[in-house]
Amino acid sequence: MPQTQTAVSGRKKRHIPEGTWTQCPGCKARLVTKALERNQRICPECDFHLYVSAGQRIEQVLDAGTFEEWDGNLLAGDPLKFTDSRAYVDRLEAERKKTGLSDAAITGTGMIRARRVAIGITDSQFIMGSMGSVVGERLTRLVEKATEQNLPLIIVSGSGGGARMHEGIFSLMQMAKVSAALARYDQQGGLFISVLTNPTMGGVAASFASLGDVVFAEPKALIGFAGPRTIKATIRIELPEGFQTSEFLLEHGFIDRIVTREKLKAEIARTIDYCGK
Amino acid sequence: MDDYLEFEQPLADLDQKINQLQQQSDDSAESAEQIRELQRQLTELTRETYGSLTPWQTVQVARHKNRPHTIDYLSLVFDEFVELHGDKLFGDDRAIRVGFASLDRTKVMVLGHQKGRTFNDRTENYFGCAHPEGYRKAMAKMRMAAKYNLPVICLIDTPGAYPGIGAEERGQAQVIAENMYEMSRLETPIICIVIGEGGSGGALGIGVGDRVAVLEHAYYSVISPEGCAGILWKGAQHAEKAATALKFTSDHLLKMGIVDDVIPEPLGGAHRDHHKMAATMRSYLGKQLKDLKQQEMSTLLEGRYEKFRRIGEFVESEAVS
Repeated sequence: MPQTQTAVSGRKKRHIPEGTWTQCPGCKARLVTKALERNQRICPECDFHLYVSAGQRIEQVLDAGTFEEWDGNLLAGDPLKFTDSRAYVDRLEAERKKTGLSDAAITGTGMIRARRVAIGITDSQFIMGSMGSVVGERLTRLVEKATEQNLPLIIVSGSGGGARMHEGIFSLMQMAKVSAALARYDQQGGLFISVLTNPTMGGVAASFASLGDVVFAEPKALIGFAGPRTIKATIRIELPEGFQTSEFLLEHGFIDRIVTREKLKAEIARTIDYCGK
Repeated sequence: MDDYLEFEQPLADLDQKINQLQQQSDDSAESAEQIRELQRQLTELTRETYGSLTPWQTVQVARHKNRPHTIDYLSLVFDEFVELHGDKLFGDDRAIRVGFASLDRTKVMVLGHQKGRTFNDRTENYFGCAHPEGYRKAMAKMRMAAKYNLPVICLIDTPGAYPGIGAEERGQAQVIAENMYEMSRLETPIICIVIGEGGSGGALGIGVGDRVAVLEHAYYSVISPEGCAGILWKGAQHAEKAATALKFTSDHLLKMGIVDDVIPEPLGGAHRDHHKMAATMRSYLGKQLKDLKQQEMSTLLEGRYEKFRRIGEFVESEAVS
């Protein structure tokens, strides 16, 4: 955008700290970051729900100070000794520094309006929110504990990456592992509320994220199996407007409700009450 | 001759030489001996070549146009196959075939991805890339199998689940998730064999069972080597590098505890001898079915759960964070 550049450089240089502005991925509007944070990172122009970290999500959904983490001591191995442009172990280290997380999922327990729940959140910023052995193991243990302790289960998904390539076949098998645990939880009458956020794709969409008794999605999230680029490369036609969005999925019958972020906590609590959990 | 792969050129040359000699042969003991010697050399060279295939060569063998596909096994391994069509919801996906079959008086439900060999077949079958209706059809017939105590046999051979508009509209992610979920608790024995390409979620959608085996030169991967190269090396031309890095060949899969068994292929790959491959598979299935049918249902289901439950590589530090 040369015009903008001229306009900016034409002006007398002022120091604007990095991060003052955030661009909305939905409508491209430039938003004041602080105001955006006050609005739970929902774009006031187009209602796009921007990324929130796993930590912020916990604050938004759980009663203050009630979260207790489970299995935070699990750390990724490197079963394939995988290296692309950099070694997987170095990539993990860099992602940990960048996000402050040990891997792409946090799990634990906490209260939602005084109802105890088991909760898992995948963070789409840690290697694209992809599922390797640690994410798979943490979620499986979460489901197993929810089964043992008879707790409602909430998993908030955000993953552009799906199954993590760097752990190869181990990552793929996590899909089966978590799904099998959910089947047992279901058999015991457990209530699983799956919340889909932007983006939920690939092996995450094709496993636990789609297996909720009730599936919620934030507005305008990208949700699907194959990535839009892969589909375009395969069928060589333009994809329809709104393809693979929450609204598209609702229309095609795959999610129960589109729920805005400020109502998420109340909607979860109400569902738990309806299901008598 | 034209079915030799690029890396098999030395084998093709030797084969051609033998053919020439056979045509020119004067039936003398001398020329017969010469031919026998060359045939010995060819066997030896084939053994060497196939004993040390690179991961990328394995991918080419797994995709070989003459490699036996699901319908070849249906006719060569089983005494009878009675196809059951349709998911009773949307359609009859030709990328997955399913039906009753019998194997030495054992009645089973068998299903598998079907790629197709001719251009028309391949187009009709979407190159073995199933749509949601294919996975739903498979699951519906598996449920029926459990109802009538028929063991289930799944033959996996797909580059991946189909990436397209219709597939997304009809819930590709949802059906793959649901199949794993239902298969993990399906009350009948399930044997899964990767016969060619085990392509990601599309493979796993019919891949949860009590036994998971892979043919010697098949592969089973989280992503295609081309797909992985495109993302991590910024170009599909680096597929060979990705194939090596992903460690998806049968030896690795066995060592890493992903599969229970590696089923050996005839010399030079399954495509060289369909009958021999089918006979090996038949004896493998017979043995496994006998073993699994003896197990109590609760033991079987517990074993199946544990089999997937233990997969994962991580470090568990003592200090609880």
